[in-house]
Amino acid sequence: MLGEGILKGMAETARNFAGSFVSKERLTTVEYPEQRIPTVEAARVFPFLVYDGADWEAGMRCVACQICEKECPPKCIYIDKSKDKKPDYVGKPQFYPARFDIDISVCMSCQICVEVCPFEAIKMDTQFELATEDRFGGLLLDRHELAKSNEYYHSIHPTEANEVDTRLAEEKAKADAKAKAAADAAAAKAAAATAAPPVVPPAAPPKEGGA
Amino acid sequence: MAANLDQLFILLREWLVAFLPSALRPVAGVLLSVIAIVCVFPGLFALTTVFERKGLGRIQNRLGPNRVGPFGFFQPIADGIKSLTKEDIVPFSANAVVHLLAPLVLVVTVFMGFAVLPMGRNMVLVDMDAGLLFFFAMGAATELSVFMAGWSSRNKYSLLGAMRAVAQMISYEVVLLLSAVSVVMISGTLSLPKIVEAQNQYTGVLPHWYIFTPWGLAGFIMYAIAATAETNRSPFDLPEGESELVAGYHTEYSGFKFALFFLGEYLAMFSISGLGTTLFLGGWSAPFSFLTFIPSWFWFFGKVMLSIFVFIWMRGTLPRLRQDQLMNFAWKFVLPFTLLDLMVTALWRFMGNGWLRWVVCTVILAGAYVLMARLELRRRHIGPRSYRYAE
Repeated sequence: MLGEGILKGMAETARNFAGSFVSKERLTTVEYPEQRIPTVEAARVFPFLVYDGADWEAGMRCVACQICEKECPPKCIYIDKSKDKKPDYVGKPQFYPARFDIDISVCMSCQICVEVCPFEAIKMDTQFELATEDRFGGLLLDRHELAKSNEYYHSIHPTEANEVDTRLAEEKAKADAKAKAAADAAAAKAAAATAAPPVVPPAAPPKEGGA
Repeated sequence: MAANLDQLFILLREWLVAFLPSALRPVAGVLLSVIAIVCVFPGLFALTTVFERKGLGRIQNRLGPNRVGPFGFFQPIADGIKSLTKEDIVPFSANAVVHLLAPLVLVVTVFMGFAVLPMGRNMVLVDMDAGLLFFFAMGAATELSVFMAGWSSRNKYSLLGAMRAVAQMISYEVVLLLSAVSVVMISGTLSLPKIVEAQNQYTGVLPHWYIFTPWGLAGFIMYAIAATAETNRSPFDLPEGESELVAGYHTEYSGFKFALFFLGEYLAMFSISGLGTTLFLGGWSAPFSFLTFIPSWFWFFGKVMLSIFVFIWMRGTLPRLRQDQLMNFAWKFVLPFTLLDLMVTALWRFMGNGWLRWVVCTVILAGAYVLMARLELRRRHIGPRSYRYAE
């Protein structure tokens, strides 16, 4: 019958109109600044730098190897390597970034920096409210603004952060075992050679594979 | 008391006019009525825009505007301030004078239409003998403004939008007039207050509105279709066609001129709803005889707002037609049916007061509707779309 479809459609929209006042499932709008839904674990916006411990500068995992700077497709990362070294999480002296800037007006959130980083130092953040009045300086984040604690990383990407932590712990255990073995060997050698009283070797890391 | 409330605005006007010397009183009375019309309808327009946006939102399971003021009801004020403070851009090669005149012509002619609408008992600005004719003359002038806007902009999109608008408005103008003619045939007058008087009678509790007769119902439906097309509302909003044309004939308008177009369109919607109310829905008369104690102006504005709600409802439901579908619908379905309705009205007029005319008129109209629908649907191949050239 001609006009039947129109009546059906009108009934449908009327049902929506009335239903949105009574049924909460129909009205799916989240009124954003007041209400928020938690971000999903896979969410990613811009990169940040992970640090361990309480002091962001001392605990920063980044060793300024500049792989991310070279790999970044839009070239939005700027790194200056330090002159001196500081110990990393296994205690090995490493360079650290004297400057680490990310221009988030250029960053395209591709996550390539995260994938190439051998030190688990750069990860993707979920913080998206980055609007600023200064479109140049305000969007160029320096290393202090980028540094976020490992606990924060755990809070936004728990699964991924746990994997990273176990990997790092394994590496640290391996390094410790190696150091202990080397120390034991050195001690045994010293004892065998000179039969002198065993000297406790320093817990300093081995020289091979240094940065 | 009820009678005083009914005549509230008339008494108010007389009270105000009495302060002036008697020589000035007629002029002042008219001026006051004009001011009332010029204030009330834009106020209704502001309310309607926010209700429309909220209503459409609810239809789509959204909330609609709710940020400005309580429940978003100050939104029209914010919109007004925005359009007033925006830059008024006139294209370099546009005809500046005509470009300026087009929105003014639209708003002025639409406001003229309100002059003859009876908005309550005795509440009519000019009780013209040929009020209906005047109304349609003013309504036809809106096409002029649309074409002025399209032509003066010197922009092909504006011109195309204007062409579509004028083609559509002229096609549906015919239907609009013919469906109103059947009311004139029965009531025997072109004066709108007299048409309302003719419907303001009751059998038992039921009113003698023209919509409650077979020819009146058919006429009202045809009138409603034509009115929707006339005011460029969805599903006949091709001239605006925001998704395919760049807003049609008002592409090159910005700032307050655009706001005037917007105002003009909504005012046209009010005036055409007011006329539909007057012709078919009994104007300011109450729907039941025991409700006559409620003031007449309340009924008029209530019916107009109900029609506006139906407009919004349809906008939230129906998709836009294609240009050829629009024209086919006007000339192949609506116009023949309106002509048939005109003949049925004549039959109704000359068959006397019996039950027979109800049966005969209903059968003719329903039969014609079913037959035309059948023919129309048989001819049309409904199925998966086939593309001949764009494969």
